[in-house]
Amino acid sequence: MEMVGHNTLVVLLGATALGLAAGMVGCFMVLRRRALVSDALSHATLPGIVTAFLTGLALGIDGRSLPLLLAGAAISGVIAVLTIQAIKRWTRLTEDAAIGAVLSVFFGAGVVLLSVVQELPAANAAGLKGFIFGQTAAMRSGEAMGLGALALVAAALIWLFFKEFRLLAFDEGFARAAGWPTGRIDLALMALVTLVTVVGLQTVGLVLIIALLITPAATARFWTDDLAAMLIIAGGVGAVSGGVGALLSSRFADLPAGAIIVLVATSLFFISLIIAPSRGLLGRSLRRARLRRALLARGITG
Amino acid sequence: MLQRLLSDNFIPSADAGVGALAVSGLSVAYHQRLVLRDITWTAPAHGLVAIVGPNGAGKSTFLKAVLGLVPALTGNIEIYGRPLKRQRALIGYVPQRESVDWDFPVSALDVVTMGRYGLIGWGRRITGKHRAAAMQALDRVGMADLAHRQIGQLSGGQQQRVFLARALAQEARLYFMDEPLAGVDAATEQTILAVLRELDAEGRTVICVHHDLQTVAETFDHVLMLNGELVAAGPVYEALTEDNLRRAYGQRASGLRLGPR
Repeated sequence: MEMVGHNTLVVLLGATALGLAAGMVGCFMVLRRRALVSDALSHATLPGIVTAFLTGLALGIDGRSLPLLLAGAAISGVIAVLTIQAIKRWTRLTEDAAIGAVLSVFFGAGVVLLSVVQELPAANAAGLKGFIFGQTAAMRSGEAMGLGALALVAAALIWLFFKEFRLLAFDEGFARAAGWPTGRIDLALMALVTLVTVVGLQTVGLVLIIALLITPAATARFWTDDLAAMLIIAGGVGAVSGGVGALLSSRFADLPAGAIIVLVATSLFFISLIIAPSRGLLGRSLRRARLRRALLARGITG
Repeated sequence: MLQRLLSDNFIPSADAGVGALAVSGLSVAYHQRLVLRDITWTAPAHGLVAIVGPNGAGKSTFLKAVLGLVPALTGNIEIYGRPLKRQRALIGYVPQRESVDWDFPVSALDVVTMGRYGLIGWGRRITGKHRAAAMQALDRVGMADLAHRQIGQLSGGQQQRVFLARALAQEARLYFMDEPLAGVDAATEQTILAVLRELDAEGRTVICVHHDLQTVAETFDHVLMLNGELVAAGPVYEALTEDNLRRAYGQRASGLRLGPR
């Protein structure tokens, strides 16, 4: 194997850190049944990105300034989540209907805005499309360090407030009755998800970031019945997916990194689905077969 | 500990005549439908209280509104004479078993330890002392040997006992329980009833949504009878009259026998 170049190393470390953060944070989204809310959040970043680009253009700033675009992404993502909550609270629509409506409206608006921007003669909107499917190859070392910082922040917050997050995810009513500020704990969790989503947009893209949040958590659940272990395994699965995915996509230059990362995570998911000892399909059917044989041997045939 | 001190809980002495829970003018609506109308009631300072009423009478809603889990349209709640907000640390809660996902990756001991979180405080580690207290609570409901089992692998009755143990671990003064005896096996029922009597003997108050009219008189001292509004309240033998039952349940209750008189 030839040496890994500097650029590849940067991408590798950045994607690994993103996978680690997404894997850990995603556990709480899966356990709180918020997977689809995170999907709406990520899709809803698109109109924010394009609007931020246009705003930058109007103000005479370089529209492709990353902080500006990510701020726009975060704002429209948060507006989408708030809209879902408002629909749920003030109408009789169920959450899945609210999510479906909000996701498609925001994403649709984003696509329309994007095609308008690309028609503008003055605008150089070439980079914007990268946010949809991700463009890992273009990662700079500053961005990789940003992803590393994100992973550190996520891990530190989860370590510090592990018991609060666990309580909220398991039994929100009990937590509120006991006087915990569940709204604020929930806000902290949603802020973490928003952060992971927005920071991960460039790497994995807004269509697929959901997979990096959910798949490692779902994979980890096969291997353990303990939340702390699940967080560690999910972080590991996310990190490996990010790292291996980035490496593969750098070897085969035409492969989009986001898609490869997600495919690696999905492979790990399917392997776990089959071979995980206690919750996997293989273990289950073996145990059932053994039980049936034991019953038959004892002459209990029904 | 810190949380307890800061919240400045206040329990008046027994002879001050202040009820454990005072509800005044409580109304609750889901969307446009009024579920509870103008409930005014003071729970006694001691004893076991059953909240009874037909399906849809708003029993659980009453409990949740008192705890601030569903918004009240109107009304005021006081715990030992002070606003609920300042008295949270005095409250223990056993929600309905169906309210959580039992496939959640935690052990029975993990769940019971959650009852200690308020005593442990924000961002602090769970120490051995609190784990021991949780273990003791599990032992009290006869579940010590299943402490490390994932909660999804427990039977319904065992899950209900885990919820009760979590409330015991809270070391509360006033307990709210939402149908703790619903759908449990006979052994679990005996364990839970024994714990309720212990709590009573320790001078704590338990307010319990209860579905089984037949057993109310055997276990509880007081009843609150609801049917969207307050039908009757008071000592079991005063409030649980045939007349009141007919007003709460309609004709269905007329054949009910109410235990020894």
